[in-house]
Amino acid sequence: MFAALIIIPLIGAAVTWLIPYDRLRPKILSLFTFAHLGMTIDMISFTPPESPGGWFHLDALGMIVLLSTSILFLSCAIYSIGYLFYRRERSNRVLCVGLLVCLSAASLVTITHHLGLMWVALETTTISMAPLIYFNRNARSIEATWKYLLICSVGVALALLGLYFLAYATIVARVEPSLLLDDLIRDADKLSSGWVHAAFVFLLVGFGTKMGLAPLHTWKPDAYGEAPGLVGALLSGGLVNLAFLALLRVYQLCLATKEITFFQNALVVMGLFSMIVAAIFMARQADFKRMLAYSSVEHVGIMAVALGLGGKAIFGVLFHILANGLTKGVLFLSSGNIHRSYNSKSTNHVRGALRRLPWSGGIFLAGFIAITGSPPFAPFISEFTIISSAFIQGRLLIGAIFLILLSIIFIGMALTVLPMVMGEVPPDSETTSYRDTIWTVGPPLALLLLVFLLGVWIPAPLMTLLRDASALLEVHQ
Amino acid sequence: MITLADQLLVLVLLINFISLGTSRLILSIRAVAVQGVILGILPGLIHPFSWHLVGITIVIIAVKGFVIPHLLGRAARSAEIKREVEPFVGYVPTLLLGALFTALSFGFAGRLPMLPEHQNYMFVPASVATLMAGFLILTTRRKMISQVIGYLVLENGIFIFGLLLAEAMPIMVEAGALLDLLVGTFVMGIVINQINREFSSPDTSLLTSLKEE
Repeated sequence: MFAALIIIPLIGAAVTWLIPYDRLRPKILSLFTFAHLGMTIDMISFTPPESPGGWFHLDALGMIVLLSTSILFLSCAIYSIGYLFYRRERSNRVLCVGLLVCLSAASLVTITHHLGLMWVALETTTISMAPLIYFNRNARSIEATWKYLLICSVGVALALLGLYFLAYATIVARVEPSLLLDDLIRDADKLSSGWVHAAFVFLLVGFGTKMGLAPLHTWKPDAYGEAPGLVGALLSGGLVNLAFLALLRVYQLCLATKEITFFQNALVVMGLFSMIVAAIFMARQADFKRMLAYSSVEHVGIMAVALGLGGKAIFGVLFHILANGLTKGVLFLSSGNIHRSYNSKSTNHVRGALRRLPWSGGIFLAGFIAITGSPPFAPFISEFTIISSAFIQGRLLIGAIFLILLSIIFIGMALTVLPMVMGEVPPDSETTSYRDTIWTVGPPLALLLLVFLLGVWIPAPLMTLLRDASALLEVHQ
Repeated sequence: MITLADQLLVLVLLINFISLGTSRLILSIRAVAVQGVILGILPGLIHPFSWHLVGITIVIIAVKGFVIPHLLGRAARSAEIKREVEPFVGYVPTLLLGALFTALSFGFAGRLPMLPEHQNYMFVPASVATLMAGFLILTTRRKMISQVIGYLVLENGIFIFGLLLAEAMPIMVEAGALLDLLVGTFVMGIVINQINREFSSPDTSLLTSLKEE
C-alpha cells in the first residue's frame, strides 16, 4: 500500500513523458492525481500497519499533510486542463511530469519515519518544482528559478548536516545508530545534548528556509510571483506543509529531549518576525502574486508561532495546515485566471475584476476574506484557536502582537485586493481570449466550498484525526 | 591510518583556500573535483572493510570527482567564461574571512563530545570550515558557476561529517542524497545555459529585476 502511493504517481510521470499530445497530458495527470486521492482516503480510513523495520508509518500528522497535499494536487491537476489550453504555445510535458514526480516525493515525505529518507524526498520536491517555476521561459522567471533553487538547496543541505549531527549523537551515546524517528524518541534522554542542540539549530534553519520563515524567505516572493498560478498554489499550499511536517518531526524529537523550550522560543521569534516582514511588504504591493507570497510568509509565521506556543495552539496549527493549504489553492488558482484575463499582474492595470470575471473575481475576493481569518471560513477557526490559546496560557504579549499584526496585514491586503476586484475595468485594458470556464473556475470554487464547509463544521473523523495528531505533539509528563 | 586521514583533511582545507582565492573557474572546478575524490578515499581509511563501504567509495568518487565537475565544466565552456570578474567582495578579504572561519570551526568542534576512536581526527573542524568556505564563495561571487562551486564546496563540507557515519547510515539514504545533489547540479547547469541565451552572460548581478519597489 505504501509502495503504491509512491509508485503510481511515478508511473503517471512516465506515461505523461511518453505521450506526445499536449492536449491529452493534463487529463492523464488528473486521472493519476485522482487515483492518488482515492488511495490517500483509503489509507486514512483503513490505516495500513507499520512496515517491517519501521521505515514507513502513516501516523496522524502524516495523514493531515498527505490529505491536504493530495486534495490540492487533484484541484491543480483538473485546473491544468483548462489552464494549459490557454498556454498551447509551449509544450507542457515538463510541467506535467514535474507535478507527478513532486506528488510522489511529497507522499514519501508524509509516510516515512526515517528522517534521512524524508530528507531525500524533501529535496526531491524542491528540485522537481524548479523547472515548473521556469514555465514562462523569460528573464524574470529564470531569475526566480535560480534564487529558489540555490537558496532552498543550501537550506536543505544545512538540514542534512543537522540530521548527521543527530545520527552522530546516537553513536556517541552508544545506542543503535539510527535516524528512525521512533528509535530517536525512545533513546532521546541518552543522547548527548551538545550534538542534539547543534542538530536542532541546523534543522530549524534548514527546514525553515524551505518553508520560507523570515529572514530565510527571500526566494519566496520571486518564485511565487513568476511561477504559473497552479505552481504557486502547490508551492504555498503543498511544499510549505511538507517542510512544516519536517519541523513537526523535529519538534516531536525535541519533546522527548529536554531541548524543547529553546526550540519553542526560536519558533516564536522567527514566526513573529515573519509576520512583521509580511505586514511591511504586503501594504501597497503593486504585484498581486507577490502579495500572495507575503501572505504565505505570514502564514508560515502563524504556524511557527503556534507551534512555539504549544498547548491548545497545537490543535489550531494542525487545522491550519489544512485551512491554509486549501485557501492558498483558492487564491493562487483564481489569481492565475485574473492574470490570464488581464495579461498583467500589476494592480495598476488590474481593476474591476468582479465585472470582467464575475466568477474568478468573486472567488478571489472570498479567498482574501478567508485567508485573513474572517468567519465563516476555516482559517478563522484555526487562528482563533491559536490566539485564545496564547491568552489562556498567559502569553499576553505574544497574543497582543499576533493580533495587531493580523489586523495590519488585513488592512494591507485589503488595500491591494479591494481596488483589484471592485470598480470599473480601465478602458485601455488589454483584451485577451481568456474566459472563465468550468475547468478553470471549478477547482478553486470547490476548494473554496471546502474551506467554507470546514469553517462551519468539522466532520467527526477529521476531528478524531486532529486530536490524535495533537496528542503526538503534547508534552509527555 | 590516522595520520593519513588527517593529512587528507588538511589537503581538503587547503583546497578550500584555492577555491576561495582563485579567479580561474576551471581551477576552481578541478579543486572541487579533487576534494570529491579525497572524500571518496576517506571512509576506507577510518572504517573496517565492508562491501557497503566499497560501494560508497566508488559512488562518491564517480559523482563528486567526475560527473559533477564534468557537468560544470561543460556549462562553463558553453557559456564561454573563464574567470570570475569583480566579485562582490575581493579575494583577499574572503581569504582572510576563510582563515577566520577555519579557526572558529576548530573552536566549535572542541566543544562537542566525540567518540574516543574519532577523538584524534579533525573531521568536525574540517567539515565546518569547508561548509563555511562554501558559504563564503556562494555569497561573494557574481558568476553563477562560481555560486554552484560554492554550493558544491558546502555540500562537500557536509559530506565530510557524513563520512563518520558511513557505516551507520543505510546506503539508500546516502545514494539518495548523492542523487539529489547530482540532479540539482544538473538542473543548475541547465539554468545557466538558459540564462546564457536570455542575457548572453551568466552573471547574477544582472538578475536584479525582481525586487521590492
